Amino acid sequence: MDTIQILFFSLSALAIFSAIMVLVSKNPVHSVLWLIAVFFAISGHYILLNAQFLAIVNLIVYAGAIMVLFLFVIMLMNLNSEGEPRKNWWMKLAGVVSGGCFLVVLVSLVKQATELSGKAALMKTGDIGLIKNLGKALFSDFVVPFEISSVLFLSAMVGAVVIGKKD
Amino acid sequence: MPIQYYIYFSLALFSIGIIGVLTRRNAIIVFMCIELMLNAVNLLLVAFSKMHHGAALLNNANATTGVEGQLFVFFIMVVAAAEVSVGLAIIVMMYRNTHSVDINFLNRLKN
Repeated sequence: MDTIQILFFSLSALAIFSAIMVLVSKNPVHSVLWLIAVFFAISGHYILLNAQFLAIVNLIVYAGAIMVLFLFVIMLMNLNSEGEPRKNWWMKLAGVVSGGCFLVVLVSLVKQATELSGKAALMKTGDIGLIKNLGKALFSDFVVPFEISSVLFLSAMVGAVVIGKKD
Repeated sequence: MPIQYYIYFSLALFSIGIIGVLTRRNAIIVFMCIELMLNAVNLLLVAFSKMHHGAALLNNANATTGVEGQLFVFFIMVVAAAEVSVGLAIIVMMYRNTHSVDINFLNRLKN
């Protein structure tokens, strides 16, 4: 077992454990902190795949901006003290069973797929994930979607202000 | 690393997100589980992009196959940021009207 495999399995275990802790935490603030741990593990996976730009953007945008927004909202509502009302245990069981069925069906599907056998993701080499190459593609082939996304941000900002306004 | 491992890992994260959406009642935690599912898909897109890049490198030493997948992840992050800002504004408005973030209160939307 070489270093890449050790890193892959430890990062995967960290991400799955943290994702489960997001679900079982009673306190929403703890859930947000565990979700930040998931995002760090996924950024580690991006670095392992040599997608450096996406690793940094994932940390800055997700762990930095979006999670801080979640923390602001939770603390603004003062939710961290009150407990969630209890749901019926059979409703929870039904949710877990249906999610588990989804997982089992898709895993068996991937196990049977012959197109995927022998394919491997290129680890730690290959330079398509560097800022230089991504920026070239972004500002030549994908410049129209890039500009449209700025309009999307503007409309999202206006929408958030209009919805969040008092009265 | 075989691509199947990445698929299994992303499926596990995605299923955890689904279970969270189905079992929790706090609207903010439901929203966080949606973010978790988006991240699982992002990781799988990057893994597939590296898979195709590795296959294209065998024929051409300076191929740029796979850039599209990573740019797609970038655009997913852009849309997710916009979605979170609007969604959290809706949750704040709902909390102001009902003093709760329980998603069962959203039953009232049907009247």
